Amino acid sequence: MRPFRYHRPADVAEAVAVLADEPQAAYLAGGTNLVDLMKLGVQRPDLLVDVNRLPLDAVEELPGGGLRIGATVRNSDLAAHPAVRRDYPVLARALLAAASGQLRNLATTGGNLLQRTRCVYFQDTGKACNKREPGSGCAARHGQNRDLAVLDWSDLCVATHPSDLAVALAALDAVVEVHEPAGPRDVPLAALHRSPGEHPERETTLARGALITAVRLPHLPAARRSAYLKVRDRASFAFAVGSVAAVLDLDGDVVRDVRLAYGAVAHRPWRAYRAEEELRGRAFSPQLAARAADAELAEARPLRHNGFKVPLTRAITVRALTELAERTPAP
Amino acid sequence: MTTGAVGRAYPRLEGREKVTGTARYAVEYPVDGVTYGWAVPSAVVRGRITRIDAAPALALPGVLAVLHHGNAPRLAPGPEPDLWLLQEPAVHYRGQFVAVVVATSLEAAREGARLVQIDYDAGPHSTVLTADHPGLYRPDQVNPSYPTDTAEGDFDAGYAAAPVRMDATYRTPAYHNNPMEPHATTAQWRDGRLLVHDSNQGAVAVKAALAELFELPRESVRVITQHVGGGFGSKGYPKAAVVLAALAARQVDRPVRLALTRQQLFGPVGYRTPTIQRVRLAADADGRLTAICHDSITQTSTIREFAEQVAVYTRSMYAAPHRRTTHRLVRLDVPTPFWMRAPGECPGAYALESAMDELASAVGIDPVELRIRNDPAVDPELGRPFTSRNLVGCLRDGARRFGWADRDPEPRARRDGRWLIGTGVAGSSYPARARASAAAATARPDGRFLIRIDATDIGTGARTALWQVAADALGVPPERVEIQIGDSDLPPAGVAGGSMGTSSWSWAVIRACEALRDRLRETPGGVPPDGEVTAEVSTADEVREQPALPRYAYGAHFAEVRVDVDTGEVRVNRMLGVFAAGRVVNPTTARSQLIGGMTMGISMALHEEGVLDERYGDWVNHDLATYHITGCADVERIEAYWLDEQDSELNPAGVKGIGEIGIVGTAAAITNAVHHATGVRIRDLPIRLDKLIGLSPLA
Repeated sequence: MRPFRYHRPADVAEAVAVLADEPQAAYLAGGTNLVDLMKLGVQRPDLLVDVNRLPLDAVEELPGGGLRIGATVRNSDLAAHPAVRRDYPVLARALLAAASGQLRNLATTGGNLLQRTRCVYFQDTGKACNKREPGSGCAARHGQNRDLAVLDWSDLCVATHPSDLAVALAALDAVVEVHEPAGPRDVPLAALHRSPGEHPERETTLARGALITAVRLPHLPAARRSAYLKVRDRASFAFAVGSVAAVLDLDGDVVRDVRLAYGAVAHRPWRAYRAEEELRGRAFSPQLAARAADAELAEARPLRHNGFKVPLTRAITVRALTELAERTPAP
Repeated sequence: MTTGAVGRAYPRLEGREKVTGTARYAVEYPVDGVTYGWAVPSAVVRGRITRIDAAPALALPGVLAVLHHGNAPRLAPGPEPDLWLLQEPAVHYRGQFVAVVVATSLEAAREGARLVQIDYDAGPHSTVLTADHPGLYRPDQVNPSYPTDTAEGDFDAGYAAAPVRMDATYRTPAYHNNPMEPHATTAQWRDGRLLVHDSNQGAVAVKAALAELFELPRESVRVITQHVGGGFGSKGYPKAAVVLAALAARQVDRPVRLALTRQQLFGPVGYRTPTIQRVRLAADADGRLTAICHDSITQTSTIREFAEQVAVYTRSMYAAPHRRTTHRLVRLDVPTPFWMRAPGECPGAYALESAMDELASAVGIDPVELRIRNDPAVDPELGRPFTSRNLVGCLRDGARRFGWADRDPEPRARRDGRWLIGTGVAGSSYPARARASAAAATARPDGRFLIRIDATDIGTGARTALWQVAADALGVPPERVEIQIGDSDLPPAGVAGGSMGTSSWSWAVIRACEALRDRLRETPGGVPPDGEVTAEVSTADEVREQPALPRYAYGAHFAEVRVDVDTGEVRVNRMLGVFAAGRVVNPTTARSQLIGGMTMGISMALHEEGVLDERYGDWVNHDLATYHITGCADVERIEAYWLDEQDSELNPAGVKGIGEIGIVGTAAAITNAVHHATGVRIRDLPIRLDKLIGLSPLA
């Protein structure tokens, strides 16, 4: 491991200022991903700015509805929060479907959104990866790519974003509060992550040195009828091979509103706007859900080993929406 | 004459030390002036090192030395070419250790390893096993010393003439042992003697290999192995860690600790070879086998030959007048495969017991009944009766406990909501062997006894089992017995492998206790108040003179699975095994061994797969986040039972060994259950959802 310095800032402004001045610095929150990558030599910061003690660990219920989640709120605490369990079950489900109990006790809300892909080529410094080392090539494009993207990939990168939490937040239209060197700003979650395009090493739209300080959930009563379905290769402690976050609002049989997002298919959490469009205003049926998924997945370009992700994502879309439709909405 | 310690459920003697964290493992012993070694893997598959620049590593504060083929102490060519490390510039596989960095801290050693600059002259390589590989050849024998091919009758004619036939090819991927504790060593040179605290499955082989490589008298090497965090075969013979640590300690003239990383366990310590197995079975209309053929294809390295005995299981499991087995091998530019829990039997049984299920469907006979009908009275290989063979007993008892009788044989006939439900069965067997061992028993004046034997407890409970055996052999309560194991200064004993630890070691312990009792009878006045009486024995003659008889443990594995009709996800509702394995010394630790083996079998069936990238010549999933093993949530209900079995032709304790039989039939039971649930026969493991997705396409 490369020797590194350690700094504990007094407040958010100092944290951002320090990072802006140090090109090789990184924020340390739960460390559940960063420390692994440091051991592997994939990330080699020379300064860790520890944000764990900044006052960012509260969950506040907002006047008029909605929730403001501090960036260092631990995944396990967030999943157990009564307001989350009551108003945003999709979020609690997504959190509890992720990682292990030990990891959830450490992993933070902000860190979870900024975690790196688990593409095996990215995590091995002996293999080519444009995300880790721009210009070195993408070994995954024609390599072992069963776990990688089917949507929106580029020839330079076929990685997927690994987060479950981010998929639920995408469906909920969450807003990310960030503090950048130029000052604070709000970023819609759907605009936080980038497509790989020509620059897979650039994963977010945030400025260098930006610190996520909170995630805001809008007031969304329909989210009480929401679900997260995750499919993985074993019963626990595995990243998704397919996942769907869904919020369904029915007026009788008719879809009044719907929010749908996919995990494990793209470089970012994938909000399924086209599927939502197909569903909205129509009488719900499993067949309609299947057509909606087909519309969303029409542009899928499976790689050599991951063609199954298309029918899998379609199947769990139908299942998640059908189960929600059959469920009596909570009062 | 026995106090009855054998058969009782004692907790492990070292259990408290282990759960409180005070049990010391190989790199946890406090050692003054200790330094840290970090192994550097090759970055190419096949080629030669043309230049090594250690200067950037040596410039790092704390780095003491960089060992490589150009400067490492010379080793004598030993019995195992894989251990002739840092002696030559040749690279035989990606990940082969080509240098070691030694530093005063673990962190500096690790960073130093990254800074060593190595240039290679790399050539083309071949790392993928295929059924038509041009390099396939017929080895002279297969492990450990079985004939490569066997034939009886006329298979081709018998097969052609039969009314019912099945012919299928089964594939298993590379599996990696992944014990919790990696291969790890603390090595110290003192006055020309070498002391290693080492994680292994048998100190005798470690001591012999080190003596030979470093050209030392054997008495100048001491190997201490008090606790081992698992091995599953991969520590059955010394591996790179102990040699690299000893080389490094000699070079820097200080003690060196060296533990492999999780990533480094994927290759250099061995793995289960991928297999391609064609099985052909023929039967008459009543399901009686008339012809059996099992052809196995596996890989070895260019360093040495390792020929896994995949089809040997088939030679003694079921009988037929026309039989043939073959083994073919290819030398690839890969690490040398090695033992992994039930080498040979485990992949072989997956294929044969799957094929039996396919035959049962083809002939329309219940798969339990098919196995009962084909249970041979004598060993088809040796032509002699088995010393005991209770496969049928296991099948019947298992069927009763599992509730097999009501089973509808029709595939895809049971459904519970989105889940398709199915059940499957498989037989299993594993040889009951024993090896020569020595042990010493000492009587002390206070009425207590000391047993000394260089046995190895790799987490199985061997220490406790031998303690129980000794108490009964001495005719005293176990509280009066102390046992010492895991130190090469103790009387030498064989490897903790091949399911023969307890059989071999208890044999020596019992004989030592008997000899001690004889001596005590001959000692007037008993143990002198200021002295003690010791008897030390070896079973070498007795074991050698044991007649060659077919000795096997048997098992019947039952599985119930559910398969998601939309996503293809497979879950194991329950797993039940019934075993006939001789006498069970300790029900607590025996149950752990059996359900541990069965769990590893679930892992083999559903989760584990070394995924190779031919361009890089190695496995891309080389950690436990990406190489999935079965987790607790995957094992919903698991039960192991055993029959009361007496067999006087085994060894004095009457044990057959239980470390491996639990895995042998499990994968086939699960694939057979998946077929029953879905109608889909998976012939290449693991069974993952992408092989089953879309069973019920939405209209």
